[in-house]
Amino acid sequence: MERILTKNVGKPNSQDIEVYLGGGGYKALEKALGMKPEDVIAEVKKSKLVGRGGAAFPTGLKWEFTRKESAEAKFIVCNADEGEPGTFKDRVILLNDPHLLLEALVIGGYAIGTSRGFIYIRGEYYREIETVEKAIEQAKAKGYLGNNILGSDFSFNVQLYNGAGAYVCGEETGLLESMEGNRGCPDCRPPFPAQSGFLGKPTAVNNVETLCNIPAIMTNGGDWYSRIGSPDSPGPKLFCLSGQVNKPGVYELPMGITLRELIENHGEGVKGEFKAALPGGVSSSLLANLDTKLDYRSVANAGSMLGSGAVIVINKDTSMIDVAKNTIDFFAHESCGKCSVCREGTRRAREILTRFSNGGGKAEELDLLLELGEVMYDTACCGLGQASMNATASAIRLFGKEFEQKVRK
Amino acid sequence: MVTLTINGEQITVPEGTSIMRAAKQVHVDIPHLCYLEMLEPEYHCRICVVEIEGEPRLAPSCVRQVSEGMKVQTNSARVRRARRMIVELLLANHHIDCPTCERNQTCELLKLAFELGVKEIRFEGEKPHYELDKTSPAIIRDPNKCVLCGRCVRVCHDVQTVSVIGFVNRGLETMVSTFLENGLGNVECTNCGQCIHVCPVGTIKEKSAVDEVWAVLADPEKHVVVQEAPAVRAALGEELGLPAGTLVTGRMHAALRRLGFDAVFDTNFSADLTIMEEGSELVKRVKDGGVLPQITSCSPGWIKFMEHFYPDLIPNVSTCKSPQQMFGPLSKTYYAEKAGIDPTRIVSVSIMPCTAKKFEAQRPEMVDSGFPDVDYVLTTRELSRMIKEAGINFASLPKEPADELMGLYSGAATIFGATGGVMEAALRTAYKLVTGQELEKLDIMPVRGLDGVKAATVNMDGLEVKVAVTHGLGNARKVLDEVREGKSPYHFIEIMACPGGCAGGGGQPISFDLVLRGIRGQVLHNEDKGLPYRRSHDNPSIKKVYEDYLKEPLGEKSHHLLHTKYTKREVV
Amino acid sequence: MGISGWRTKVDETMESWGKSKEALLPCLETVQEMCGYIPQEAITYLRENLDVPSIDIYGVITFYGMLTTKEQGKYVIRICDSLPCHLNKSDGVLGVIEKELGIKAGETSAERKFTLEVVPCLGLCDKAPAMMINDEIYENLTDGSIKEIIAELKR
Repeated sequence: MERILTKNVGKPNSQDIEVYLGGGGYKALEKALGMKPEDVIAEVKKSKLVGRGGAAFPTGLKWEFTRKESAEAKFIVCNADEGEPGTFKDRVILLNDPHLLLEALVIGGYAIGTSRGFIYIRGEYYREIETVEKAIEQAKAKGYLGNNILGSDFSFNVQLYNGAGAYVCGEETGLLESMEGNRGCPDCRPPFPAQSGFLGKPTAVNNVETLCNIPAIMTNGGDWYSRIGSPDSPGPKLFCLSGQVNKPGVYELPMGITLRELIENHGEGVKGEFKAALPGGVSSSLLANLDTKLDYRSVANAGSMLGSGAVIVINKDTSMIDVAKNTIDFFAHESCGKCSVCREGTRRAREILTRFSNGGGKAEELDLLLELGEVMYDTACCGLGQASMNATASAIRLFGKEFEQKVRK
Repeated sequence: MVTLTINGEQITVPEGTSIMRAAKQVHVDIPHLCYLEMLEPEYHCRICVVEIEGEPRLAPSCVRQVSEGMKVQTNSARVRRARRMIVELLLANHHIDCPTCERNQTCELLKLAFELGVKEIRFEGEKPHYELDKTSPAIIRDPNKCVLCGRCVRVCHDVQTVSVIGFVNRGLETMVSTFLENGLGNVECTNCGQCIHVCPVGTIKEKSAVDEVWAVLADPEKHVVVQEAPAVRAALGEELGLPAGTLVTGRMHAALRRLGFDAVFDTNFSADLTIMEEGSELVKRVKDGGVLPQITSCSPGWIKFMEHFYPDLIPNVSTCKSPQQMFGPLSKTYYAEKAGIDPTRIVSVSIMPCTAKKFEAQRPEMVDSGFPDVDYVLTTRELSRMIKEAGINFASLPKEPADELMGLYSGAATIFGATGGVMEAALRTAYKLVTGQELEKLDIMPVRGLDGVKAATVNMDGLEVKVAVTHGLGNARKVLDEVREGKSPYHFIEIMACPGGCAGGGGQPISFDLVLRGIRGQVLHNEDKGLPYRRSHDNPSIKKVYEDYLKEPLGEKSHHLLHTKYTKREVV
Repeated sequence: MGISGWRTKVDETMESWGKSKEALLPCLETVQEMCGYIPQEAITYLRENLDVPSIDIYGVITFYGMLTTKEQGKYVIRICDSLPCHLNKSDGVLGVIEKELGIKAGETSAERKFTLEVVPCLGLCDKAPAMMINDEIYENLTDGSIKEIIAELKR
């Protein structure tokens, strides 16, 4: 498969606008500005591109909803608050090909009908922030940002907004709350950001990786894109491979490859013997079947979630109780605390798993954890709370014996 | 209009209606905790979730709007399980001391646990161990009972616009606190106590003086004098088995005597006094070109609010003390002389609908009698507990008047407890002072009622006196900003910190229902109608105190005992 | 450390974002970056200029992991303990550092030289175990490399 997202990664000075232009950069923007915004959206819809941040919502539809809203202001926001453990793909793009993202953002702004774009970038990504800042300056200097871009009457500006260390601000409504100067606690949806987002105005929030597919879609057309890889989930995916694997890294591959192919052909195999993997970071359920295809539907059918494609590999020497506890520690730390069920649920789940870790578990607490997981999925306000018990519940279901061994006699 | 089905029943409601509201039409009150009418829903508790056909997860009905063809189940097994588990989780993190908790009769969490059928708390673990916030002399916060519903934050920010409490930290460490966790006493808290009314559990309560008052009542050396605010008699019955809207003046006095107070007077006496002083002050400002508009000063929550946020308007605020604080010094001077009692033996207690009065009583300048003018303040709630502790069967008590010297009052005084009451009372007397004639139409309707800002014009012999009345500090800002900009058209403004006026004070029986507060106010207007004197200056006890002691309003003695100064306070 | 210079930078930030609540987080980040923490005077300044109550500003500061009202060490060490790092022995990293510095996670060393924090995923999962010290990244840590890094900073 020809690389689309990482095609410039590895080129010397790939962040420089001259290198980007030399490789055909900003031509997609030129093409898009010659089309009607509605037609730009139509191409994106044809491509069947879905969000790469974890929620997998059709991008074309999101842009269409935002465009259709009538309001005196609209916004497009790039979610670069990458925080899911096991996810490190967006940083690769931000560091190595920032202009790919900027070009996509301008196209998106044009399609939706706004001249204001933001990139919400996590605060710990110091180098990436600096790189994107420079890229913005370069783009402005060359007229790809600012007033009357490429001689059209479309103007567009990008402002960088730095996160300050909160995973929950990667949730789109938490992100928008954060930008408004509030505590970054997610909101109830509906209404969705497309109707009421930043400052109550229609806002499209898109992940970095999602946006970086746009220039290629503009250049080659939506139909072309829809035929790449798996017909259900077309397009390339940046898979992040980490954990107990020999060659962790970011791999741009078509969706539909199996877990085995990813780990063995690209990751050079497991360190030790394979036990299980989390396909979508710590928010997903464990997969024990190496032959699971890595696309949204197949992973869902296997009882898990592909999410952002952050594949964490676990070997046989690792305790599943330990894995479960580590995932719950993460959610307990990152819960925004607003909704009772996530805050109190992660608190108690952590206590129970700690007891199990120390050999003091109670048999009835395993069923209690499963019930808690179901209630948290049912009632938590946002994806964090809803998914927080996935790994733990799957660990109990698939590796129940390990837990039973730690029940206090 | 939208047609939807709830629990199998089809109904039609206006677009934009929440599922929770719509459910009332099918006779369902969806269980909830953090939701409260009059406050923006913030869906913290998730207890109000319902099942919507076709959706993978449950939805919060407080904020979720109906849509055409929606099919909702409010009581499915899945919903009921979720609600029970959430209550279990909240209880697991709650400091459970129901038998001794002040809110065990009104605790919403206790009610939910019982009504939702919670059988056990299966989550065992750490309970919170926060320190109590005792920095305010009026209000105590116990974070160990907090369920993080956010109602107190919403009322403080959105209704009272004081904004001193809020959520801090994140996740499991989330708590409601003050700036730098310095405590209510160290920030701009006005002690209005509205947070107490909205709190569903026992997190916030008044600093109690009950033990101290029992002690002085039992001390034979002490001569304990008591005054009761007008709003108390309109609400006390609610705590003691009587229906809302019952006036209990006589039984209140009777109960206080049986508790052992040596002199049972009435704040309404000094409310009449306040009118004499403040009416005269207003007329003087109008005649001498003094600073206008004049703004009332009997609400200590409003006064502290002014000192922090509008200290530039100090010249506008009446120099009159509140009725409570006018009563205090007189009880240790005028009364002491008349009754021949050594003032060092006198303990002055007040029964107030208000928590801020506890702050007011300990203000350093409130010692004009040579002693603390008011020693202890009890809220309506605290009094009701003392009555219960004494085993007094309140409803069956005979109706007794207060002791006359400082207990006889006019109808103008008693309406102080309703929003607009001070204004109406003041106009009845100001009219006489300006025109020399008596105001015949004593019921000044435009200043009554629950609208946030009310205005009226009274013609006094050609002088068009423009007045405004507001209640709730958020509403107060509207008139105050006008005054600050020099654009205020008014001569006289009444400001009460609490929505509904004192009838809704922080010390009243727990309720944030504005309608109930309106009913309590109406009780006082009814009392006013039936009283022999309806103007403060007609009150014989008032005539007597001026004749025998004070000489004249705004005179030297009045100035010394009945007037005060204000202090600019910082905003941190 | 521009403790007194933060005002100018904050004014610049308010210029670019407007004097409204949306400027709050960028302004707080400016102060944090310049001072290493957020002093009370800065909160007062923001309250006055952005018209946001102090408790709301405090609520925002305490929400975010990278903002603090407490003075920190010259070097803020952030060790990741999320799953990929954990699976690659991040506990070991923490243990070595605690020993080298003589402080535990969450503490600041004598003379405020080092603050040690355990944080969630830094996005360095393919270089696990990893840590950050201020804005520098340290990857593929071993006992030996950690000791060297700490020794260098101690100088």
